Amino acid sequence: MSTLTLLMAVLALAAMLGGAAVAVASKSTAVAILAAGLVSLMASVLFVLLAAPDVAMTEAAIGSGLTTFLFFFVLGRVKEEQDDD
Amino acid sequence: MINRLLTVAFLAGLAVIFIQLLSGFAPDTDLNLTASYYASRTAPDLGAQNVVTGIIVTYRGLDTLGEVTVLFLTAAIVALVLVHGRALEAERGPKPFPAGELLQTGSRLLAPMILLLGIYVFVNGHLTPGGGFQGGAIMASAVLLLLLTDPMRRFSHRLISRIESTAGLLFVAIGLLGLLFAGGFLDARFLPQGWFGALFSAGAIPLIYSLIGLKVGAEFSSMLLSLSETEDEK
Amino acid sequence: MSLVTLALAGGFALILIGLYGALNNRNILRIIIAFTLADTGVNLVLVAVGYMPGRTAPVLDAAVPVDQANALIIDPVPQALVLTAIVIGLGVTALMLAYALRLFASRHTLDISKFTELKW
Repeated sequence: MSTLTLLMAVLALAAMLGGAAVAVASKSTAVAILAAGLVSLMASVLFVLLAAPDVAMTEAAIGSGLTTFLFFFVLGRVKEEQDDD
Repeated sequence: MINRLLTVAFLAGLAVIFIQLLSGFAPDTDLNLTASYYASRTAPDLGAQNVVTGIIVTYRGLDTLGEVTVLFLTAAIVALVLVHGRALEAERGPKPFPAGELLQTGSRLLAPMILLLGIYVFVNGHLTPGGGFQGGAIMASAVLLLLLTDPMRRFSHRLISRIESTAGLLFVAIGLLGLLFAGGFLDARFLPQGWFGALFSAGAIPLIYSLIGLKVGAEFSSMLLSLSETEDEK
Repeated sequence: MSLVTLALAGGFALILIGLYGALNNRNILRIIIAFTLADTGVNLVLVAVGYMPGRTAPVLDAAVPVDQANALIIDPVPQALVLTAIVIGLGVTALMLAYALRLFASRHTLDISKFTELKW
């Protein structure tokens, strides 16, 4: 196991856990959604390091692309109703 | 306060279990029986280069049928639960800013390329890492790009639902063909295997995965459109 | 500290963080975000279990000749399972968001402690 791969894994893991902490504890929902997208992206990098390229592609396309946009659509709909009142 | 203490206690208990699982774990050194069967029999039996594709489409094809059914149910329920907005342009409240020239031209240039990339990914699912689900998600990203650029655009729901239903029916029909001509339901060996590594190889696997890719892409697009077109209840 | 131990520890930590977020937050959207985090953690654990050090990805191309496939690739079954799991995770998230929109349309609030009809 080369040290460079291990270093990449440690960095990706640190970014992932940091992003998860921000997603759970932040005050603003938009920041939480973006942090969840970052967690998904770092998980995709970890999947590549774990020799699973199919899973990495799926997680990158679905987890950090489509899920983030689904959340932002719903957030936009909720905000626009709250601004109307 | 009590709630938070109970939550932390429950999570601490889970953490103890996880640490015990982690400390007793060592990765295998040899493939177990199932995995070595799949690894050694994929190339001679199916002719597919991507072992994971061979497992998903042929060896565990019934799981894929179940997943496709669950996705169809999800798309149908999302479309049922949300009321579709057919409001006129004037009633939708303040019109958002029209997207700038760069975004409009860029999205018109990029959307066909993204669609092409999605089609490439699922047609080559048996040769390189990729496949139906990834290709379908990429195709839904193209629809998403068009939707973000112009939120007022009306997509044709009928076309998308027709693509989805046709692809699903053809998938089941190919499964039945496998029952008639080859080993069992969704057995992909009734088409010739061809050269190992060519595009038209591995039996019916490219065909099945292309249909799955179209179906998944249509379903994700329909979910996105349902969520973005909901109408407020007055 | 091997790669598998790191990935497993990270996956377990992500599950715990996601569960904490789901149990602690009031806003329905934040609860759904926490569920997606826990889902990603479970998928990471599943893929990490299938990894074997010294072997490569389960694709039979120039790096893996066909007759040596049994000795050179990692376990392909967890990857097939996780592929399905990720796609269905997206479906479940979309369903939860649709219901969140309906709940918001009926009460104009996203605070879960205001929905008290089912409490005894």
